[in-house]
Amino acid sequence: MSILVLLLITGVGLGALYFLVASGLSLIYGLMGVLNFAHGSFLTLAGFIGWEVGRRVGDGTWGGLLVGMLVGVVVGALVAALTELVFIRPLYERHIEQVLVTVGLGLASVALFEGIWGTDPIQIRLPAWLGETTDVLGANIPNDRWLLIGCAILVLALIVLFLQRTSYGLVIRAGVENRTMVTALGIDVRRAFTIVFAIGGAAAGLGGVLASVYYGQVSAHQGTSLLIFAFIVTVIGGLGSLTGAAIASVLVAVIQQLANFYGGWGDFAVVLALALVLLFRPTGLMGKVKH
Amino acid sequence: MASGPALQLAGVGLQIGGARILHDVSFEVEKAEMVGVIGPNGAGKTTLFNIISGIVLPTSGSVSLAGEDVTARAVHQRARVGLGRTFQTSSVFPGLTAAENVRLAAQSRIGGATSPWRFPRADDEAAGVARRCLEEVGLAHHLDTGAGVLSHGDKRKLEIAMLLATEPEVVLLDEPMAGVGSGDVAGLVEVIRRLHASGRTVLMVEHHMEVLLGLVDRVAVMHHGELLAIDSPKAVMADPAVQQAYLGATA
Repeated sequence: MSILVLLLITGVGLGALYFLVASGLSLIYGLMGVLNFAHGSFLTLAGFIGWEVGRRVGDGTWGGLLVGMLVGVVVGALVAALTELVFIRPLYERHIEQVLVTVGLGLASVALFEGIWGTDPIQIRLPAWLGETTDVLGANIPNDRWLLIGCAILVLALIVLFLQRTSYGLVIRAGVENRTMVTALGIDVRRAFTIVFAIGGAAAGLGGVLASVYYGQVSAHQGTSLLIFAFIVTVIGGLGSLTGAAIASVLVAVIQQLANFYGGWGDFAVVLALALVLLFRPTGLMGKVKH
Repeated sequence: MASGPALQLAGVGLQIGGARILHDVSFEVEKAEMVGVIGPNGAGKTTLFNIISGIVLPTSGSVSLAGEDVTARAVHQRARVGLGRTFQTSSVFPGLTAAENVRLAAQSRIGGATSPWRFPRADDEAAGVARRCLEEVGLAHHLDTGAGVLSHGDKRKLEIAMLLATEPEVVLLDEPMAGVGSGDVAGLVEVIRRLHASGRTVLMVEHHMEVLLGLVDRVAVMHHGELLAIDSPKAVMADPAVQQAYLGATA
């Protein structure tokens, strides 16, 4: 029983990390039809810079970590918005070229990060509490999972609030459904593209700092490995659906944790889940059929 | 804004590869006039609409709105100088409520969409416009209904409400009656009649001849990508060339 509780809660914690990456991917694809392969780079860069700033403010303290998280959010949003303005916008409506540019950015940036911070992961110091555990029904839950889960819930709530309550949110929701029609109404959706990129980048940036908390290290390859699972989550959840991404994040991570514990086939289980979804529900759990 | 006919096409042509989709289409629509466009399937009616609204760029000729050449303008820029259109297939946003659909259209004109930080309130200008436009097409009772669950006829009315919210000078209606149940036709015709009566210029593609001939001032006949005739319904129906092309053997 206690093992199951442990696996479930740590699974949800990992799912929180997946969601921070997948939410942006899903919104960007939904609105623009672009699979953003550079998304992992936003995460890695934000993780590094968040750590560099955070450790100077207070290495291993809450203050340092919180500043690092804020920096991660800002760096993620800025880099993502810049990527959209400089690389994606000039290739408006040329989806294959847009995807290729993001693939190139993803590959080149990893090499750049390796050049600056080295190829080996760097161990980081965290506030002591995060290294301890909390007893839940007899299971010792690592405390960093609570931070991850809390942040993901906050991000989900903020994005939902933005989409439901703001004028731009309405434009984005409508654009995900039918971009041509939004344009025909006299609305320049390109500005919404930049905003969606910035929101996705901010979430990924926070995810980058939290990934360093989860793994206890920063590394040039952190984004790449998380991006793969985030893509799977996005497809399973249904491209363009935020709710789908949230549900699929938790589902995929819990399946992964369970399969890893009982037989060590977690990654395979995730790919299997992806295959099953593609076979029986190609639009994903919450995906809509695109016309 | 410069003055001139509400809508003017001069020598508009579209060539894709070796195929001639449209050839030398020229006509003018006066302000507050309602013109119907008819022609057999594949005659180029929807392509013509796509060129006027800017979705497709013509390979020759020009499009002017109120004397202003808009041939090279983007879709959203044409919408801002007063062009609004509906699509052949229903083009509401099914995941949004009826009010949100219209609100979105109103935002484009009011400019609420230009401020990412402004939180819309239930009683702001865009919401007021949305309510008024839905009332005008008789959908006031469906304010918070998801657009996806509306009947087909109501969806088309919703599209027209969205169109009204952008306060267009020139309205393009692409087969507004397509797929609408016979019970809904009369209500929809009334909405279109009011749209025209309020002084808007309307260009409408419609296969439902009875409806079309009863509504429009003039009819444009398209055939094989060319404009065959444009005249009053009576004159057009009496034109032997039109009978030959459009009605085929019965002429």
